Amino acid sequence: MRITKRAATVALLTAATVALTGCSAAGGGTTGGDDAAACEPAEGKVDLTFTSWIPGIEDVVDVWNEANPDIQVAVQTGPNGNGGTYANFFNQLEAGNAPDLGQIEYDALPNFRVQDGLVDLASCAGVLDAKADFVDWTWGQVSFNEDDAVYAIPQDSGPMAMFYRADLFEANGIAIPTTWAEYATAAEQVRATGAYITNFSQGDINQFAGLVWQAGGTWFGNDGDNWNVDLTGDESIMVADYWQDLIDRDLVSTVPAWTTEWDNAYNTGAAWTWNSAAWGANSIASGAPDTAGKWAVAESPQWEAGDEASGNWGGSSTAVFTGSEHPYEAAQFALWLNSSSESLTMLNEAANLYPAAKAGLELPVLKEGVEFYGNQPIYDVFAKASSEVSADFVWGPTMTQTYNDVSDGFKSAVSGKGTLAEALTTGQSATIDALKAQSIPVKE
Amino acid sequence: MSALTETPTVTRPSRRAKNTPAPKVAKESPLSRVGAMTVMLVFTLYFLIPIWWLFIAGTKSSAQFTSTNPLWFADFNLFANIGNLVAYRDGVFLKWMLNSALYAGAGALLATLFAGMAGYALAKYRFPGRELLFNIVLGGVLVPATALALPLFLIFSQVSLTNTFWAVFLPSLVSPFGVYLTRIFASASVPDELIEAARLDGAGEVRTFFTVSVKLMFPALVTVFLFQFVAIWNNFFLPLIMLRDETLFPVTLGLYAWNSQVNQIPELRGYVLIGALLSIIPLIILFLLLQRFWRNGLGAGSVK
Repeated sequence: MRITKRAATVALLTAATVALTGCSAAGGGTTGGDDAAACEPAEGKVDLTFTSWIPGIEDVVDVWNEANPDIQVAVQTGPNGNGGTYANFFNQLEAGNAPDLGQIEYDALPNFRVQDGLVDLASCAGVLDAKADFVDWTWGQVSFNEDDAVYAIPQDSGPMAMFYRADLFEANGIAIPTTWAEYATAAEQVRATGAYITNFSQGDINQFAGLVWQAGGTWFGNDGDNWNVDLTGDESIMVADYWQDLIDRDLVSTVPAWTTEWDNAYNTGAAWTWNSAAWGANSIASGAPDTAGKWAVAESPQWEAGDEASGNWGGSSTAVFTGSEHPYEAAQFALWLNSSSESLTMLNEAANLYPAAKAGLELPVLKEGVEFYGNQPIYDVFAKASSEVSADFVWGPTMTQTYNDVSDGFKSAVSGKGTLAEALTTGQSATIDALKAQSIPVKE
Repeated sequence: MSALTETPTVTRPSRRAKNTPAPKVAKESPLSRVGAMTVMLVFTLYFLIPIWWLFIAGTKSSAQFTSTNPLWFADFNLFANIGNLVAYRDGVFLKWMLNSALYAGAGALLATLFAGMAGYALAKYRFPGRELLFNIVLGGVLVPATALALPLFLIFSQVSLTNTFWAVFLPSLVSPFGVYLTRIFASASVPDELIEAARLDGAGEVRTFFTVSVKLMFPALVTVFLFQFVAIWNNFFLPLIMLRDETLFPVTLGLYAWNSQVNQIPELRGYVLIGALLSIIPLIILFLLLQRFWRNGLGAGSVK
């Protein structure tokens, strides 16, 4: 009697567990592509969700919501992309509850594209026509250089220039470098005064990629079938060897970037320049407040005298996720957000975003002198730089892994073990392995 | 029957006859004592210096933060910093603290109740499958919370509960370790005779539980409460995955979100520091208040 009862209980428990497991495994997320409706305007009121981490984005969205009662956007903020929001996007795509729109930086877009996470907006009215409104290379970043497709609307960009301590250069009679060779000479002169010309960042691999971008290289390529990984091309090695030389001769400091120690180096005049993007203007202003009025911005040093090439560091776009029920309205909002002058002005004032839209480069707010930089209209330099960024640079589908591997190698190089070029070689093979492990076709 | 109390042991030297040598009483040598004290002092400093640094950092304005001695005060700006923090973005920090208090406080309370009832039932009632059930629950102790976050997200997505208060609250209500602890404690400190006496007096099982057994199990329940409170307060991965709406964040996730934007909004660095300082205060207060139960609870069941 007892045995039968107990057996029955155990059998019941087991059956219940199996049933529950069966229940929860049902219906995985939407697969990409098959349910994206043709991009048609909807009837009646539409509610969209938008995830972004731009500070002050809520105010911009409020402006849209007031003007467009039929398309209401609910914006949600959180950590930045690499701090967990990209992982959340992937989880939400898997579960089928991704937001309609999301902020995605240019170097993360290929990852989403490869996983079929983005809607091709080319079928939405008005989107392909907007191509002319944006700086060419930014459109290339969001369309992956495909002619009839576009997967996100470019929002901002990070054309690179050189922030420098005008007062210190003048006081010590050192000429402002216009080529990298002059930069190295200036580095020696600055070192002689006891300071460093700049700090080499072990962790900002996308900054290093920007320098390679300026030199004309590209780390990835895609011919439609296979990916091509080339972290060790001629331009990359040239840039790596240049900086390795400066590190070896103790002409640059190697403090980890974005730390208080790094802020302090700029604040106390221990470092005199920073090769950075347009959005970096605010970073110096906040991190080195004691040096207000003493900085200026010049074009990036060039490899050959007379060249006009610029790199890019950062920049995001607004993408529509697969599974969105209203891609047409989402595209309308994304276009407004990234090309209307009211939106771009607010984004620049709240978050120092440097627009990717051509009209944005002419905004009145960008024409003014900036007090921290001795009232120089610094954005003129960045506008010129933006026009000089090559459209040939392509990001790979696993940039987080590439950044991590190269950054590990850079950290070793900076502490004396190995060189930057070796770090790139290690990153190259690690990236190829990672792509193969995800069954992404890659050319050897 | 009283709850476990510490009984002091007193040794009296026995009366000895004349001319017999005094028995050797084992005494700690001064050297060993000094050594132990030094080690404890070093570790105390090791644990307390970061908190001291945090306090100092919270009193400094951002301009002085990098340029003055990190372990001593500069200008005292603590209250100005707190004011700025609370005013930033319409007081979202206070919302986060309230959220954390709700998730952790209410969650730990209910978790303790459930774990206590489960442990009590496993200890005091005989039913088929009891040991199997207990072993399954014990297996749950081995699974880390981070491994469960993603499956929970997928399950909650199916019932459309993600990005709500319940997304973080409901998973916080389970504590396998709590069940284990309360089972051990219940079998050690709640005598069967007392329960039978209560039954004979006509009390139902639930009434017996709440009026008699809970009071006997109190140290273990408080221990489970503290464990669960800290675990929920520090549980970071689950809110990160579940929540998108900033007003639902617990304070840990909120500070992390701010910290990830420090490059774009450098003044957040100061807010993160002062926020971190304020966020450890509830935990410190809770531990100091409930400390005596914690001490008793740790020894639960070791001495009959």
